[in-house]
Amino acid sequence: MTDAPDHRPTMAALPFADRLARAMPVLLVPILLVVGFLAIGNPSSWLTLTVSGLAMGMMIFIMASGLTLVFGLMDVINFGHGAFISVGAFVGISVVLGLAEWAQAPSLLLNLGVVLLAVLAAMAVTGLLGWAFERVIVKPVYGAHLKQILVTVGGLIVIEQLIHVIWGPDEIFFARPEMLKGAVTFWGAALEKYRLVAVVIGLVLFVAMRLVFRRTRIGLIVRAGVENGEMVEALGYRLRLVFVGVFIAGSALAGLGGVMWGLYEEVITAGMGEEMMILVFIVVIIGGLGSVEGAFIGALMVGLLQNYIAFLEPKLALISNIGLMTAILMWRPQGMMPVVKAK
Amino acid sequence: MMLHALISGDRPRSRILTALLLAIFLGLLFAPFLFPGVRALETAARISVFILLAASYDLLLGYTGVVSFAHTMFFGMGAYGVGLASQHMGRGYGSLIVGSLAGAALAAAFAFLIALFSLRVRAIFFAMITLAVASAVAVLVSQLSSITGGEDGFTFQIPRALGPANRMGEFMGVQITGKILNYYVVFFCSLILFLVLLRIVNSPFGRVLQAIRENDFRAEAIGYRVVRYRTIATCISAAVAALAGSLFALWLRYVGPDTTLSFELMLDLLLIVVIGGMGTIWGAVIGATLMVLAQTYLQDLMGSAAEATAAIPLLSRLLDPDRWLLWLGVLFILSVYFFPAGIVGRLRAGR
Repeated sequence: MTDAPDHRPTMAALPFADRLARAMPVLLVPILLVVGFLAIGNPSSWLTLTVSGLAMGMMIFIMASGLTLVFGLMDVINFGHGAFISVGAFVGISVVLGLAEWAQAPSLLLNLGVVLLAVLAAMAVTGLLGWAFERVIVKPVYGAHLKQILVTVGGLIVIEQLIHVIWGPDEIFFARPEMLKGAVTFWGAALEKYRLVAVVIGLVLFVAMRLVFRRTRIGLIVRAGVENGEMVEALGYRLRLVFVGVFIAGSALAGLGGVMWGLYEEVITAGMGEEMMILVFIVVIIGGLGSVEGAFIGALMVGLLQNYIAFLEPKLALISNIGLMTAILMWRPQGMMPVVKAK
Repeated sequence: MMLHALISGDRPRSRILTALLLAIFLGLLFAPFLFPGVRALETAARISVFILLAASYDLLLGYTGVVSFAHTMFFGMGAYGVGLASQHMGRGYGSLIVGSLAGAALAAAFAFLIALFSLRVRAIFFAMITLAVASAVAVLVSQLSSITGGEDGFTFQIPRALGPANRMGEFMGVQITGKILNYYVVFFCSLILFLVLLRIVNSPFGRVLQAIRENDFRAEAIGYRVVRYRTIATCISAAVAALAGSLFALWLRYVGPDTTLSFELMLDLLLIVVIGGMGTIWGAVIGATLMVLAQTYLQDLMGSAAEATAAIPLLSRLLDPDRWLLWLGVLFILSVYFFPAGIVGRLRAGR
């Protein structure tokens, strides 16, 4: 009997260049912040722009996270995702308008109560709608990308038109709850209160999502399902059920994003979801399909870049996102952190 | 025999379909004499252009199996090409030709770039990226109002011979004006380009595209460069769409975002191809004719239906002519589920 062959694993650390390449996506946001600071040159305007960029990024991330997971899990690309954004905004804002007395009262508690109720109502409605959407629209066309795209676009149109039927054809203007208006001054920079709230909500959500994915069993199953669905099913988990759950959660998150975006803009239209979808798609593509972390980084970059460029060179802001997407795809054709191996 | 060569051997393969196609062809050919009136001629020209546009889209969607949301962007490039050339180079045939060719070249170049970025990785990227690029271009066009006229668009002048002021006497009881001449320019250009497309899809190249649609992995294994074929198909389709846009601009003597770039137009186009029948160019003819006729005349019907039901609150809102898209969307979903082969597929199967 011979001894097992000598095995000497190489314990040397990866070369610096390799480690840098791996960490690059995470480093991009700080790099963008620094470059923005240098380009703008004025600390207080930089701070204002950064906060609004982060707020915008957080909201886009909330909308995009569901979409990227749904794609990762079941290879379903849902063009109707934008409809949930609009529906969420309309339901949420209806609650805010319905409780106008609470919203106008100069009490932080009542104001936050209104926003909380609006968010809960919006998420409940869009979650239910997502469930129905999955059953009626998406389920019959699993595995056929072409039909999925066509059918979900159809669903988007129908839901958008139903919003017109229910809430009327015009856009709705409204005012934010009293205590969320105005700005605080910090180091000479005016920071809108609502944007700070949005950043906080976005961060909390991201941390919570990460905890769910990294620390819980269901998170483990979802992550495993994204990476290799067949194997997870072979182990006895009903991936379909998980998928429906993720679809509902993703729709509810889109609804939440819709309410937040509506409060941010102080005007809602039935077409807003469709417009946001463009940004959401860009974020999902540059983040890498199926990657929540990638979507988070991508969303922050889109938000920051758009705000910086709008300040530095307003004409370029229109194409800054497309430019960002092109640059990222040239660097990493699969997006920054692709989870889904090409199926 | 001659006819057989003209339609590249791709027969309709159904009696009813043949009859329908013949009726549409003859109707369009003699439109100024059969259906007098400004609105009828307008509709006929619109049908001609949309048949061409839908056929070029079908080359991509039906034959290659690639979903693009940028087709109206290419359509718009052709339209703005003609518009801008006529505005800056003065009215004349030269500027029409230069504008169309420049538009088509730009569209093909854009299509090539987008295809390079997205088709290389995953075909599904293409749908998302075209959507993003098309919306960015639409915003850009409405913002750069000093060049494009913004949301309002702009009118321009075409050669005098094609204008309504050019009267050339009477024929079969109809006053022949430049407008009718213009109609025939649009009609015959559309017809020729349509026949070219028919030739393309029935060539060996077209067969490869169909093979890729059915099973891209297998096509690659047999030795066809899938990405290259898809890219070429995208470029051809974009160039033809741009030419269709040029014809549309020539007919309207106006370009603007609503008539050429809007997302609604993209949806109409999807619906035309799906209802007519994906993967057969004859489907584009049937679909476009139905769609344009429905849009022109059915909306009036919906208006009167809404008035008739004005007492019932929700129903009358559902039937409002502005909610036209709602019914289009429902129809769209149903036809993808139940008639994936479209009208042409149905007619052929029921032969």
